[in-house]
Amino acid sequence: MIIKEKVIKYGENVDTDVIIPARYLNTSAEDELASHCFEDLDENFREKVKGHRVIVAGHNFGCGSSREHAPLSIKASGIKAIIAKSFARIFFRNAINIGLPVLVSPEAADFIKDGDELEIDLDKGKISDITGGRVFDIPPLPDFIQKIIDSGGYIKFTSMNIKKT
Amino acid sequence: MEGKKRPQTMAQKILAAHCGKEYVEEGQIINAEVDLVLGNDITMPLAIKEFKKTGAGKVFDRDRVVIVPDHFTPNKDIKSALQCKVIREFAHEYGISNYFEVGRMGIEHALLPELGLVGPGDLIIGADSHTCTYGALGSASTGVGSTDVAVAMATGKLWFMVPKTVRFIYEGSLGPWISGKDLILYTIGLIGVDGALYKSMEFTGPVIKRLSMDSRLTMSNMAIEAGGKFGIIETDDITLEYLKPRYKGEYRIFHSDIDAPFEKEYRIDCSSLKLQVAMPHLPSNTAEAGQLKDIKIDQVVIGSCTNGRIEDLKMAAGILKGRKVHSRVRVIVIPATQGIYLDALKQGLLEIFIEAGCAVSTPTCGPCLGGHMGVLAEGERSVSTTNRNFVGRMGHPKSEVYLSGPAVAAASAIAGRIAVPGEVI
Ligand code: SF4
Repeated sequence: MIIKEKVIKYGENVDTDVIIPARYLNTSAEDELASHCFEDLDENFREKVKGHRVIVAGHNFGCGSSREHAPLSIKASGIKAIIAKSFARIFFRNAINIGLPVLVSPEAADFIKDGDELEIDLDKGKISDITGGRVFDIPPLPDFIQKIIDSGGYIKFTSMNIKKT
Repeated sequence: MEGKKRPQTMAQKILAAHCGKEYVEEGQIINAEVDLVLGNDITMPLAIKEFKKTGAGKVFDRDRVVIVPDHFTPNKDIKSALQCKVIREFAHEYGISNYFEVGRMGIEHALLPELGLVGPGDLIIGADSHTCTYGALGSASTGVGSTDVAVAMATGKLWFMVPKTVRFIYEGSLGPWISGKDLILYTIGLIGVDGALYKSMEFTGPVIKRLSMDSRLTMSNMAIEAGGKFGIIETDDITLEYLKPRYKGEYRIFHSDIDAPFEKEYRIDCSSLKLQVAMPHLPSNTAEAGQLKDIKIDQVVIGSCTNGRIEDLKMAAGILKGRKVHSRVRVIVIPATQGIYLDALKQGLLEIFIEAGCAVSTPTCGPCLGGHMGVLAEGERSVSTTNRNFVGRMGHPKSEVYLSGPAVAAASAIAGRIAVPGEVI
């Protein structure tokens, strides 16, 4: 899959409380969650996401709570992928489980600037910064995780296996 | 290597035991059988939705799924009530034996150890990041997402990456009023909020060997605040004494081999350790409480899965006894479970709190996540025994949370600013 989108750039330790504040967690409706995504970090996110659909950030993206509402609200906002120097563990597995591409590349996360246009080739594992004129390789994921992604998420992967047995 | 076993950490051994292997390698991805699956009123509705999509029809074991409505309960509004209704009806329909209704419940991570639902050698997952708390009982226990819980409910299994282990050796002895919270805040300050990302943190050393179970639970609870996957403490006599009246499961006691492949070791001398506070807006932003005397406060919260246990309430009551809460401060005390609430009542602690001018609440997460029961207004500042002080965590994005242990919280309540017990007693 190829993703061609512009970038919204954030800093270090973006936590789940700013991705989706707990005060909105009394629902699991995706659209409603999306309408509050990043509201405590960036009041212009709702506007920006109309034309910028890749997030690039620093270390420990998604730290804090286990709320799957965080990657869900990002995905439902229209974001196609997140590139970070590193991800918090639970956020990383949640994103994979729901089929939101999360790419670890400290070099790319350093180099790419807010507003840059990117072309991400998920199959080949390449991030091209068209604006900045550089290409970054992303290391392949472990087999088992790739299988989950290829199945379209952990639930589809599981239901296929349940049917088989 | 023939005949000689490869050395392993506790984390490796527990994970290996749950996927039918003698040995697992760090970094290896395994599909392991879990002993217990936990969810709450925020994460479980989503897990139920996904569980139904798997086509499993029933949960893998109705006695091994635990559902606790604790975050927005007693229901704070109509939407929360609806979420709680979803989980209550699911529990009923699927015959979940460990569902805990308001009046019988408590904050999940205080409740599960108290009821003996978790024990040594268990592999436990929960759709709540502080599931790492049970590491204090010698288990491998970690927070996951709702989809993970859905899959585990359907199959009894989940994928794990075998983590590397970082060991923390606490030496010396603790000064007065210092508790597990000070040890863990200091540790997070030392290594940062991603200092143990993906790692198993193992807490050990002479200080830990003497540390109470309540303080150990506080330490393991906050492993996630350093990015940790597990926060493990070896099972010893203190653990066994705690487990004896409550835990019915099988005791599988594991120890890390002396020559296990620890990635790193920290030695922390505790003899000079002072009472700690984490300033806004990161748990790693630590300072000595005694150096923050100019910081005026509006609220104090004593409770949560981190510090809502009986030892914490006793420590706070010891300071508040016969004294009054400062005139411009509101104090909210929340015993973490009904059991602790009753204990506090019998021991006369609730009387002390109420006479001092504190509000005492039924168990709930409430203000810890800015849910209800003590949400902050713009510009307000709280000292809190909870575990996170991110932007907007306890209310308005322009409010502030200072994390501390119960001693600093109680002293600050009296002083109206950040204070240590010596200043008020
Ligand atoms: S008390 Fe706070 S940290 Fe603990 S489970 Fe509840 S919301 Fe989470």
